[in-house]
Amino acid sequence: METLLNITIYLPLLGVLAILLAKSDEAIKWIALAFTSLTFAVSLPLIFNFDVAGSDVAQYVTESGPLVFGLDIKYIVGLDGLSLLLFMLTTFFGPIVVLSSWTSVKKHVAGFFAMLLLLQTGSLGVFASLDLVVFYVFFELTLIPMYFLIGIWGGAGRIAATIKFFLYTLVGSLIMLVALVYVGYNAGAVLNDGVFLTDWRVLSGMDYQLGLVEQTWLFLAFALAFFIKVPLFPFHTWLPYAHTEAPTAGSVVLAAIMLKMGTYGLIRFCLPMFPNAMLEFAPAIAFLSVIGIVYGALVAMVQKDVKKLVAYSSVSHLGFVVLGLFALNTIGVQGAIIQMINHGLSTGALFLIVGMIYDRRHTRQIEDFGGITGIMPIFAVFFMIATFASIGLPGLNGFVGEFLILMGAFTSESIGNIWFAIVATTGVILAAIYMLWMFKRVMFGPVIKEENKLLKDLNAREIGLLIPVMIFIVWIGIRPTHFTQYSEHQVEVLLEEAAQKRAAILEASNPSELPSWANRLYDITPNYAELSGEDTNE
Amino acid sequence: MELINDLLLFLPAAVVAAGGLTVMMLDGYKAKSRTIYSTTMIFLGIALVISTYDLLVQTPQLIFSDMAGAGGTAAFGTFIVVFGTFFTVILTHDYLIGVKHNFPQVYPLLMFCTFGMIVLATANDLVTIFIGLETMSVCLYALAGIIRDKRLGVESALKYFVMGAFSTGFFIYGITLLYGATGSTSLPEIGAYTDGGLIYWGGVSMLLVAFMFKVSAVPFHMWTPDVYTGSPTTITAYMSTAAKTASFVALVLVLDRAMPFITAELTSVFSVIALMTMILGNAVALVQDNVKRMLAYSSIAHVGYLFVGLAAGSIAGYSAVLFYLLAYTFMNVGAFGVVAYYEKNHDVHFNNVESYAGLGYQRPIMGILLSIFLFSLAGIPISAGFNAKYLVFSAGVESGLISLVIVGVLASAASAYYYLRVMVYLYFREAKESVTLMQPKKVYSYSLVFLALLTLYFGVVPAGVTEMIYGYFSDSALTAVSP
Repeated sequence: METLLNITIYLPLLGVLAILLAKSDEAIKWIALAFTSLTFAVSLPLIFNFDVAGSDVAQYVTESGPLVFGLDIKYIVGLDGLSLLLFMLTTFFGPIVVLSSWTSVKKHVAGFFAMLLLLQTGSLGVFASLDLVVFYVFFELTLIPMYFLIGIWGGAGRIAATIKFFLYTLVGSLIMLVALVYVGYNAGAVLNDGVFLTDWRVLSGMDYQLGLVEQTWLFLAFALAFFIKVPLFPFHTWLPYAHTEAPTAGSVVLAAIMLKMGTYGLIRFCLPMFPNAMLEFAPAIAFLSVIGIVYGALVAMVQKDVKKLVAYSSVSHLGFVVLGLFALNTIGVQGAIIQMINHGLSTGALFLIVGMIYDRRHTRQIEDFGGITGIMPIFAVFFMIATFASIGLPGLNGFVGEFLILMGAFTSESIGNIWFAIVATTGVILAAIYMLWMFKRVMFGPVIKEENKLLKDLNAREIGLLIPVMIFIVWIGIRPTHFTQYSEHQVEVLLEEAAQKRAAILEASNPSELPSWANRLYDITPNYAELSGEDTNE
Repeated sequence: MELINDLLLFLPAAVVAAGGLTVMMLDGYKAKSRTIYSTTMIFLGIALVISTYDLLVQTPQLIFSDMAGAGGTAAFGTFIVVFGTFFTVILTHDYLIGVKHNFPQVYPLLMFCTFGMIVLATANDLVTIFIGLETMSVCLYALAGIIRDKRLGVESALKYFVMGAFSTGFFIYGITLLYGATGSTSLPEIGAYTDGGLIYWGGVSMLLVAFMFKVSAVPFHMWTPDVYTGSPTTITAYMSTAAKTASFVALVLVLDRAMPFITAELTSVFSVIALMTMILGNAVALVQDNVKRMLAYSSIAHVGYLFVGLAAGSIAGYSAVLFYLLAYTFMNVGAFGVVAYYEKNHDVHFNNVESYAGLGYQRPIMGILLSIFLFSLAGIPISAGFNAKYLVFSAGVESGLISLVIVGVLASAASAYYYLRVMVYLYFREAKESVTLMQPKKVYSYSLVFLALLTLYFGVVPAGVTEMIYGYFSDSALTAVSP
């Protein structure tokens, strides 16, 4: 099984080589489809054989020797409850994305599919890696193909959009790199005889406890990188540009997979490594995410471009995910994890659908449409399901995630104020307004434009690629436990361990040695102060 | 007998020097340019094989009455220098024919220059360093202006000469003062001196200023952009890799052997230099439209990153610097090689980034190669450039220079912009006028492919070479012992 995991990760890379050798554009498309489908097929045993009861321990682990002399950086990959579903989502979207670009990509076909496959290897590596440095390498590696996907095959403003995307993400991740190196040396000094260490399984454990001051700075450095990637308000400004200018396939991968790397990083690294900082910053971050939810929704409402509307709705939806993560209770975090998958499916579907109509009309302006339902009935059905899923209609997937997150936020001790949850709830209402209003203007009413009368309905390829997405949208909506079960145990264990670690670190810290801001931030109780005072008296 | 033994240990330099004399004679007897080129390549090939062998088997030891060293850092420096020269000569031959200035004098000059670099990188005495530095510099002045009828070339040669002569003055003065203070010019003996004093510190600062001139650290970088832009492109590649490597190896040797007890004091100095160099190099590179000039400023920025490793002042820092030099040689020779390829299809002024529009799709191999080299220079994984930066910065973090490293990574993020800009033109813009690129010569493109493969290889598995470099410092019998 270990081999199978590695095969899944590197099969797309092999596909890149095959594409470079291929002669015709037609052959290239088939090769890309074959390799992504094969990757998905090969990844299936990973989920079927997954030990749900032991999801807190990484499974299918491959571990190499040290890669750099003198530093304990190892190639470690494996899957656990946190990463399994996102990993599967990535392999699942592979063939769908290839099919969606079948006819719309006309220039430099080989380059396009090579970049898509490279992106897939990078994304799979991000979710599978269990060493911080290896994670970082894959995290950065996904930037290059996306840079070219937007820059070469994007819309009119693609160059500015792609450079903004690249630099924004790079700044965040480089600061994370410094923090990561610091963690590596610090952990090495404590646990590994002074040898640099970045094995996640060790760092997340009880043995590795960071002091409160260090934790604060390191948390901020890690969180900044992930917040930019999510993106959390006010770091979201790159997203609408990148989404709007990207080709359909780029938007889908960006929305479904790359944005999740941010939220995934928060739960994977920040929670177990910096539990105290995570707790104390929770209200502030909940505040930002609630602003993101409402702001994203309000801005989405006034968009004239359908794709931009969906992009801003992403800002709103990912605000929910961050809110759920920082609720720091099982129900909220579970909701956040399933909502990552839901957002991938429903927003991915919306981008696919917008791409289909764009291919036909070469416009995305809402005012250019109207009355499409009568002309493209099959399209209307898919569009409707995706819209409802995005709104969070009960019975479809979006409802499950948002409901759990809001439940978590209401009962959360870390956020400590139910007003966050109450305001966040308005985001659901606003979502209904902007999505349904857009749907009405595009799909209903009289057909104003003559060109629209000639539109052809979806062909077999397009129906075929949407149906699997729709199946999962309904499946998660009806039987969410089939999916939440994979992460449930691990989330419980993680939160429990984080609470223990938090208490242990507080116990160990001496208020008189800490700067006053740290004392205030971590609210070190007089109790501990007295205890340490007695110690010195003795 | 000892002399012969020493010569055997010093064989790469001897072969290169003999090669230089031979090709100069050939030129004197009016041999064909082709013959001169092939003779040069034969000698360099032999030297490359020997230096690779030395790199793998030689143990650190002192030769020529402790004036020079062999094995360890010396073998490493020799290898990089000969390796860089080998590929420079391949590229230069093609380039000079392409721009129709095929002067055979370039080969003996390159050989003598390489000899100077090897002496510099193997030195164990300030006098040896001086000889190496001057041999190298005098040849470089001539090489910078090798295209005699080009105004920029002559200008750059003259500028380089004036500035270089100035820094030599500093160097000599530094040696004099250090000799006055410590009574020796041998690196370990200077290292054993711990009494301080004005004369000693004066000598140290003069010496370091001269080195900073040679490696073009801010504020001693003024000559670099003009010289790098004016020189023939492949010679620029040579200056920015082999010459810089030799100077940096000598600097590391001086720091490690002659100044082991003042690293704490030097850390703050080097931190300031690193800070200024990274910020200025990157900031000015951001606004360059000429690709060659952009690469010149970017090479200043890379000196800044290297100084972070020196500022760390630890074994990790010094070995990170050496690894960086190796990685930088691969990627920078490669990047300049592709730039030279585009240039020789037109004329020597074909360097504006706007003229690169759409070139990535013609001769896709060249476009991909340039992208790999630029991504590596920007420090994106999985490339040698990433590992080099990673090692340098992590050495900085280990020594507690966290704010310096944060400035470094931000500067490096900014640098991504100007490297990406070249790719924007290569791939994202449509070609304005029809530019035709000739098929590159097989040996030319194979050399570049080989360099790209090395760049990627050391991006994935740096373990072996990092272990080797580490060994130079941890087992070095030459490092002065604590008094």
